Amino acid sequence: MQLGAVNWFYFAAPQRFYRLAGQLLPWCFVLASLLAVWGLYIGLWLAPTDAQQGEAYRIIFVHVPVAWMSMVVYLAMAGWAGVGLVFNSRLASMMACALAPTGALMTFLALWTGALWGKPTWGTWWVWDARLTSELVLLFLYIGFMSLHAAIDDPRRADRAAGLLALVGVVNVPIIYFSVKWWNTLHQGASVSLTKSPSMASTMLLGMLVMALACWAYCIAAALLRVRSIMEREAHTAWVQDLARSA
Amino acid sequence: MSAVTHPKQPAALPVGLLAAVQCIFVRDLRLALRRRADSLSAMLFFVMVVSLFPLGVGPEPGLLRSMAPGVVWVAALLSSMLSLSRLFADDHQDGTLEQLLLGAHPLAFLVLGKIAAHWIGSGLMLTLIAPLLALQFDLAADACGVLVLSLLLGTPVLSLIGAIGAALTVGLRGGSVLLSLLVLPLAVPVLVFGAGAVQAYQAGLGFSAHFSLLGAGLLVSLVAAPWVVRPGSGLLWSRYPQMADFDRKFVMRHPVCNSVR
Repeated sequence: MQLGAVNWFYFAAPQRFYRLAGQLLPWCFVLASLLAVWGLYIGLWLAPTDAQQGEAYRIIFVHVPVAWMSMVVYLAMAGWAGVGLVFNSRLASMMACALAPTGALMTFLALWTGALWGKPTWGTWWVWDARLTSELVLLFLYIGFMSLHAAIDDPRRADRAAGLLALVGVVNVPIIYFSVKWWNTLHQGASVSLTKSPSMASTMLLGMLVMALACWAYCIAAALLRVRSIMEREAHTAWVQDLARSA
Repeated sequence: MSAVTHPKQPAALPVGLLAAVQCIFVRDLRLALRRRADSLSAMLFFVMVVSLFPLGVGPEPGLLRSMAPGVVWVAALLSSMLSLSRLFADDHQDGTLEQLLLGAHPLAFLVLGKIAAHWIGSGLMLTLIAPLLALQFDLAADACGVLVLSLLLGTPVLSLIGAIGAALTVGLRGGSVLLSLLVLPLAVPVLVFGAGAVQAYQAGLGFSAHFSLLGAGLLVSLVAAPWVVRPGSGLLWSRYPQMADFDRKFVMRHPVCNSVR
């Protein structure tokens, strides 16, 4: 499968990707920790106090990045699941499977930090508004993906069934993203946009973006770590047996 | 019908696509009629769940009137889950599903016939009985009409989305519980707009926006759901060793794997 001079499927082989993932892993973790330290330093020390919300707003530096990641990871998971279904490649389905728990964690953290933020500013832990509810549905979708995968013994069949479910669930992501526009909600609208200048101080914006990058690095690292252990499910293949022998 | 069950010359009598869909539809409907207890118990469940709410929250008429659309819709959602797990289970067990899969017609269309029959057995029955329950909640007659219309638009979507879940979980242990876990999150928009239509009407607002969204949902799921059900039932391949073997050979010959060897 040569497309130009690049072999696009070079790393589709689990044994090659296993090695690549092992090499990338430490870098991603180091990057995630450095960025998180830097981002939290900006967010907790440098950023000015908010005029309306006081110090309580500082949870934004965790809340917004994890909420972004909850949607991005779902899209990535569905994308890998789609690649797995179309090309029938094991590695893509394994990636989808490896991303699911990380995405569920991000969704849970987004809901949790949102509740912690909602109590001082809205006066309540939870409201049934469109964005919160659709984020909760996203958590259910992640859990459904994982439980469907766990319920099927044959790994290839599990990959296909869960992959289809992930693709069907994609409709929820735009609903979450646009919910603050489509419905009149208590949740505030987006503070950051690609098309217009942000409605916040540049230090805050910088802190949030650094934290978002930290979350990206963490999610990639966690997914790579998990996909390596999923790959070891192919215990019948020669390369895993070689690996076990050399370990 | 007779051409399908007793063909004189099977090779010379190809059954048209519409005839095949109609055949599946009539067969499933007949099966449902012969096992009336199945859909009757789902309806009884629907009535019972709705009747539990006044006992739980108290018989205050104003409260019940405002709760009625949501309660009826949630109960309809839950009771349509009950019969879903049987949508493909029997056909999976006796091998009919494999025959459909191997047949000349695209399974997506045949599945549409099955879903339509399922909807008549569950969704339509729920819709017919819903006004009676709404009256118990002191819903005005015109609001009842809106409720029935919203159920008429929304319950086919539930059957279509549910068919995806039923195809994914067919033959699994604990399949019916898993089925609800998978389908309920996807059915949330139907619930929101279905119950929302009645509430908007009660509040004196128009319900046309809700109905438009429900109708759009129906059209999208009508087009998309059967095609997701189709690969979903391809999972049955694991039952046929020789087909699984074919699957493996196909995978081995695939470019993705060739790059390795």
